[in-house]
Amino acid sequence: MRRERTPAPLLVPAALAVAFLVLPLAGLLVRTPWSQLGTLLTAPGVGQALRLSVVSATLATLVSVVLGVPLAWVLARSRARGRAVLRALVTVPLVLPPVVGGVALFLVLGRQGILGSWLAETTGITIPFTTAAVVIAETFVAMPFLVISVEGALRGADARFEDAAATLGADRWTTFRRVTLPLVAPGVAAGAVLCWARALGEFGATITFAGNFPGTTQTMPLAVYLALQRDPQAAIVLSLVLLVVSVATLLLLRDRWLGRGAAA
Amino acid sequence: MRQRAAAVLAVVALAATGCGGGDGGAAASTAEGSASGPTGTVTVFAAASLTDVFTELGQRLEEENVGLTVQFNFAGSSALATQLTQGAPADVFASANAAQMSVVTDAGLADGEPAVFTANVLQIAVPAGNPAGVTGLGDFGREELTLAVCAPEVPCGAASEDVFAAAGITPRPDTQEEDVRAALTKVELGEVDAALVYATDVVAAGDAVEGIAFPEAEDAVNDYPLCTLAAAPNPEGARAFVDLVGSEEGQQALEAAGFRAP
Repeated sequence: MRRERTPAPLLVPAALAVAFLVLPLAGLLVRTPWSQLGTLLTAPGVGQALRLSVVSATLATLVSVVLGVPLAWVLARSRARGRAVLRALVTVPLVLPPVVGGVALFLVLGRQGILGSWLAETTGITIPFTTAAVVIAETFVAMPFLVISVEGALRGADARFEDAAATLGADRWTTFRRVTLPLVAPGVAAGAVLCWARALGEFGATITFAGNFPGTTQTMPLAVYLALQRDPQAAIVLSLVLLVVSVATLLLLRDRWLGRGAAA
Repeated sequence: MRQRAAAVLAVVALAATGCGGGDGGAAASTAEGSASGPTGTVTVFAAASLTDVFTELGQRLEEENVGLTVQFNFAGSSALATQLTQGAPADVFASANAAQMSVVTDAGLADGEPAVFTANVLQIAVPAGNPAGVTGLGDFGREELTLAVCAPEVPCGAASEDVFAAAGITPRPDTQEEDVRAALTKVELGEVDAALVYATDVVAAGDAVEGIAFPEAEDAVNDYPLCTLAAAPNPEGARAFVDLVGSEEGQQALEAAGFRAP
C-alpha cells in the first residue's frame, strides 16, 4: 500500500472531525472520579452487566454474520426483482428509533405478538425479559450495519475471479465458499466489528423488548442510564469501562482480521 | 381618565420604539406585556407524568394570552435537573419529587422557595380485563406472574420500594423499568400481568389499562414541587404559568388527570 502525505485541504476538516469525535470522550475522562474508581468498579452488578454486554453483543454479531452475509449476497448478486425495495426494508432498523424497534419486536415476538403468542401456546416459552430477548433486540438493530458493509464489499469485489472459478468447473456454492467469501473477508470483518460495536452500545430496543433486570437483561448501557438517575459519577465510570473494553476489543480484532496495514 | 392617558402613553411608546428598530422589539413587547399580559416564549421543564395535563394548561394559557407561546420539555425529573444544572435555559421547573428539586435549589438556580402544587400515589396497572386476576400488592410476590416495577434509581421505583417495605412484601419483578411510561407500555401491550405505576399514568393510558388502588400506597405519597428559575428568560410568562397551575382551573385539570390535591 502506498503511503502519502495528507493533502492540506483534507487536513483541517480531518482534524476538526477528530476533535469533534474525541473531545466528548476527553470530557468523560476529565470528569472521571479517579479516587473513587475502585469502589465504583467493584460495586455489585458492574462485572455482571459487563459480562452480559460482551456475551450478548458477541452472540448478536454471530447471528448477524450467519444470516446477514447471505442476505448481503442476495442484495449484491441476485437478479431477483424488488431488490431495491428489499434493501430499503432491511435497512429500516438503521433509521427506526430503537425504542420503536423494541415495541415492534413485542408485536411480533411478545407473548401477545403474532409469532410470540403461538410460541407461548405451543411450547410455553416467552421471549421478552430474557437474555435471548437482549440478543434479539441487539441483532435487530445491529445486523443492517453488517449487511450494508458486506454488500459494499461484494459489489467492489472483482467478479472475474468468480467467473474463472465457474469456468474451472466449481459450482456456485463452492465458488461462494472458496472464492467470494475469502475475497470479501475484510468487508465481513469490518461489518462484524461495526455490528458488534453497535450491539454493545444498544440501549433503546433492549430496554424496551428485554426490559431491565440485573443479571438477565441489564447490559452496560442500561446500567449506565440508570446510574445516571442516581449517581452521575458512577455513570461516568461505567461508561468508561464500556469504552475501554470496546476500544481494546476493536483494536485487537482489527489487528487480527484486517492485517497490520489496516490497523496501523 | 388616568387609565386612558396611560393607554395613550403606551401607544405612543409603542409607536416610538416601533420606529427605533434594533432594540425596539424588546421594548415594545415589554410595553405590550404590561398592558395585556405576558408575551414571548415560556419554557417549562416538567416531569414526564405531567405531559398531558401541562400541555392542556399550556394551550389554555396561550389562548388567554395572545402572543405567548408555552414550550415544554418533558422528561424524567432527574434528567431535567441535570439539564438545568448544565445550563439549559428554562423559566419553570416542575419536579416529580423533592430530591430532584433540591438538586436545582442547591445549585442556586431557583427563584424563591419551591411550592408543592400537587401529589401522586401509586396504583397497580393491569391490562384491560385483568387477565391474571391481580387483586392487590401481594400479587407482586407471585413468581408465576410477569411483573414490571420501576428501577430503584428512578422516583417511581424508590416509591415502590417504600410500599413493598411497609407492606412486608418481597417483590419478584421480571423487569425494572427505566421510567413509569415504559412500565405502562408493557401493560398496554399485554406483555406483563401487572406493573406498579402512578394513578395518573393509569388515567392517561385510557381503556387499555385498568387501575387497582391499594391501601399501602398511602405510605409513599409523592409530592410535586414547582419553582420559577432565577435566570428565567421570561419571568412574567413563568409567573403566569405558575399562577395558572395553582388556580382552581389548574387544580381541577390536575385532579381530572388523576393527581390529588397536595
